[in-house]
Amino acid sequence: MLNYIWFAMIAVSVLVGIATGRIDAVTDAAFNSAKVAVELAIGLIGIMALWLGIMQVAEKAGLINALARGIRPLARWLFPEIPDGHPALGSIVMNMAANILGLGNAATPMGLKAMQELQELNPEKDTASNAMVTFLAINTSSVQILLPATMVGLIGAASGALFIPIIIATSVSTIVAITAAKWLEKRKAFIQTPPSGEEA
Amino acid sequence: MDGFINIINQASSYIIPLIIVLIPAYALFRKVKVYEEFVEGAKEGFTIAVRIIPYLVAILVAIGMFRASGAMDYMVTGLEPILSIIGFPPENLPMALMRPLSGSGSLGLLSDLVNQYGVDSLFTRIGATMYGSTETTFYVIAVYFGSVGIRKTRHAIIAGLLADMAGALSAVYICKLLFT
Repeated sequence: MLNYIWFAMIAVSVLVGIATGRIDAVTDAAFNSAKVAVELAIGLIGIMALWLGIMQVAEKAGLINALARGIRPLARWLFPEIPDGHPALGSIVMNMAANILGLGNAATPMGLKAMQELQELNPEKDTASNAMVTFLAINTSSVQILLPATMVGLIGAASGALFIPIIIATSVSTIVAITAAKWLEKRKAFIQTPPSGEEA
Repeated sequence: MDGFINIINQASSYIIPLIIVLIPAYALFRKVKVYEEFVEGAKEGFTIAVRIIPYLVAILVAIGMFRASGAMDYMVTGLEPILSIIGFPPENLPMALMRPLSGSGSLGLLSDLVNQYGVDSLFTRIGATMYGSTETTFYVIAVYFGSVGIRKTRHAIIAGLLADMAGALSAVYICKLLFT
């Protein structure tokens, strides 16, 4: 899927760039974006280190496991492949809690930790597991309750009126995300090939 | 309502420092060697950040080229007639298309809406609701899957884009319902 989308975007960009005489801008954008990507990743190192350090302390104190046990009923339904009490559940909950509170800086490291723990349970290391896709779908649909700080910065006091519409719209998108992930994972085109994906 | 929002937004500035102090405090109480464990966990930060670089380059280059070539603008023009049938304002189409691709791009579009129509206009409110209700799908997929070396993403993109579409459409209809 990503192979086709990725190639289509690049091919269309070059063709349109030639047709509109903006091919130089396209070239510049390619080099510039590559540079930005590395800067973004490097900028992430410090924040990642800070949160992963705090997470390690929380894990050793038994906090992550306690959290994972607390949301077991919901998590069992969302992620049936994750065994009871597995640390992945704790990281997923921490990631969601950080997202809900609008703490994007904290959400990413916790989400990446959850991905590593999900990867341990994944039978095919280069292919996404059902739990990973469901987790990502929830993440991309954004579950936040607090308004994003960038938006409040632009709109100011008028953003107060947007509180309700954003909560409704984000709930709709999260419900669609979960439904789509759960429904698509069993379709022929997407089902995971090893026996692990066959039950249910 | 405004007071409530204020309290929530104020509280958010205390959440992070409280997390940073309360977790080690509890851990210390449980006899955990907090400093050593912190350093142990922090070590992973570097490897994860470096591992996502190739994935991030691939995605951001494609998106950057797509925007610079003007292909994005053609897509907007092409989709306009279809969307007017379902009552989707063409002014908000760029935001709906940009949101899954680029966080900074969609923030730029939002500030453009504010400049052109003002903070209280329906277009700005719809655009802001779209901005606030979904995430940058392609970035999240590149970073999260990249961090564990997953190349076959199965249904992740379709599920993410369906969620984005649902978020964008509900932003339009909810704002029309509430503000007109």
